Amino acid sequence: MTLALFAAFAALLVGCSLMVILHRNPVASALFLVLAFCSLAGLYLLLHAEFVAMVQVIVYAGAIMVLFLFVIMYLNLRHDVEQGIAVAVRRGAGWILGILLLAETVAFFKGRWAEGPVSAPDLAPVAGNTQAIGQVLYTRYLFPFEITSVLLLVAMVGAVVIAKGRGPGLHPAAPAADAAADAKAAAPDHAGGEA
Amino acid sequence: MAAFWHDPNVRMVFWALVKILVILQAMLGVVSYMIYAERKIAGHMQARVGPNRVGPLGLFQPIADVAKLFFKEEFIPDGANKVIFHIAPMLAVIPALIVFSVVPFGPQDALRVTDLNVGLLLFLAMSSIGVYAIVLGGWSSNNKYALLGGLRSSAQMISYELPMGLSCIPVILLAGSLSLVEIVRMQEHWWFVATPFGLLAFAIFMITALAETNRAPFDLPEAEAELVAGFHTEYSSMKFGLFFLGEFANVISISCIAVTLFLGGWNGPWLPDAFKFVWFFLKLAALLFFFIWVRWTYPRLRYDQLMNLGWKVLLPLALANVLVTAIVVWWRAQG
Amino acid sequence: MMHDIPLAWMLALSATVFVIGVVGVLVRRNALVIFMSIELMLNAGNLAFVAFSRALGSLDGQVFVFFVMTVAAAEVAVGLAIIVNVFRLKETIYVDEINLLKG
Repeated sequence: MTLALFAAFAALLVGCSLMVILHRNPVASALFLVLAFCSLAGLYLLLHAEFVAMVQVIVYAGAIMVLFLFVIMYLNLRHDVEQGIAVAVRRGAGWILGILLLAETVAFFKGRWAEGPVSAPDLAPVAGNTQAIGQVLYTRYLFPFEITSVLLLVAMVGAVVIAKGRGPGLHPAAPAADAAADAKAAAPDHAGGEA
Repeated sequence: MAAFWHDPNVRMVFWALVKILVILQAMLGVVSYMIYAERKIAGHMQARVGPNRVGPLGLFQPIADVAKLFFKEEFIPDGANKVIFHIAPMLAVIPALIVFSVVPFGPQDALRVTDLNVGLLLFLAMSSIGVYAIVLGGWSSNNKYALLGGLRSSAQMISYELPMGLSCIPVILLAGSLSLVEIVRMQEHWWFVATPFGLLAFAIFMITALAETNRAPFDLPEAEAELVAGFHTEYSSMKFGLFFLGEFANVISISCIAVTLFLGGWNGPWLPDAFKFVWFFLKLAALLFFFIWVRWTYPRLRYDQLMNLGWKVLLPLALANVLVTAIVVWWRAQG
Repeated sequence: MMHDIPLAWMLALSATVFVIGVVGVLVRRNALVIFMSIELMLNAGNLAFVAFSRALGSLDGQVFVFFVMTVAAAEVAVGLAIIVNVFRLKETIYVDEINLLKG
């Protein structure tokens, strides 16, 4: 059953990721990305990382992607215009480069495909991994964790300053956009606080 | 065939499906009669009778309502994004239904679909997914009132998600677990609402719950006076019905979580273990009445008042509450 | 669960998603979609982190995922503010039409 679930989530993830970059409508791209994040959360569940899976949904699907949608609607974007020789040339070059990168990965993997270690047996019985993650996060990674809060503060201030604009030529930003930006910056902090 | 049936996985899946079916049906029944109750209570609060024509005391009114919704004309506006227009109402219902999978209705295993060790986080995740229905419904309608309603609601729901998440943290700190079953077990002798920080957290949770479910006094996304019903202006027939169902399903699921987190879940005096679930449903009914009561008592907030309340009052209060609870829990652990 | 998924499959999946993200950055001209492709790449990295954390039996990988998520959230908050500002200035979010530095 695990294998079937893995296959299903993996197919959903790859399909949705492809649709993100192929679809011409930014809103559809954003929605496919939400679906991709949800299937990633499913994969994390299969890997027994329940806490990460839930935080993935809360932070990415619930906060980051809502902000994306908010901006897309705020700018009132409809379909992308992708015409002209320059665009076509760049698209072709992009796909060729991408396929080259994939080929490189395949070549890299080919030699060691079979010997990938199966999971360590001692991790399986951990009942709730939330407590264990909290233990690691607040001891060994305490300093990076504190630095992260500074990073969030900087991002929050930066987003407010940039969105407010300056000089006479710019309109003041919509207050709702600022509020949403703050929400984004604060969201992972509060997720981390639950650990 | 017999061997197939004795496979524990097959049985697990089968029973889970049965429970899901029961919950789904019960939810539909509760929602339709909650709408009836809402209309009746609103009627009495405004010194009138409320629906009383269909059946005795108007008890068959929900059936008539649903039949009316089914036979209404389906209308899709010109220039609407059809796929997203169809998906949005479904997104309004599904997250609320998923939350029921972790709610423990009683102490027995049979009375819950599953006991997830991150059950509370699942609830928070689903409540954050709930924004999409309204944003997408508003955007895909290709109508400026609907779009404004959708944008308002996304800002509102993001703003109120933070205090809601923070008001759950004191409970997590006190219970030491994210599993809802475990949280209820910890309240066997003393409900969390009966502690000072638990009471404050409960108050914040209920206020944010009103905002998250877009109920009055926080129903700005649909404010009919200024936005012509907001995000569902263009929705008709059963699609509108789904939005309606989603709102009430959300109210019920969030009340279930509130009962579980703060009001001791199935815990209560006198009843034997087998009937403990009665307590759960009594508390649930009380909270549902609270939702209706508030709706018909308070006027709608203005947009800036809403944002001020969320960011300048509830968020600092919830943060301070977390801090105080953490200190108390730490102090208790010290000795 | 009865079986575990081999680490190599997870890594292959992660690599595939990463490549899709790279292609997205290269072929699209909508700044928002490019941003989403970057998110895809970050998430491919996260998947590899979680897979390794499972394979090695240590939680450090999952902790790193949190840091990646925090960075992603900060990046999105600032990045979208920049995109909104650029749109106000230039009325476009196509990256090949935004060439402020050329004067």
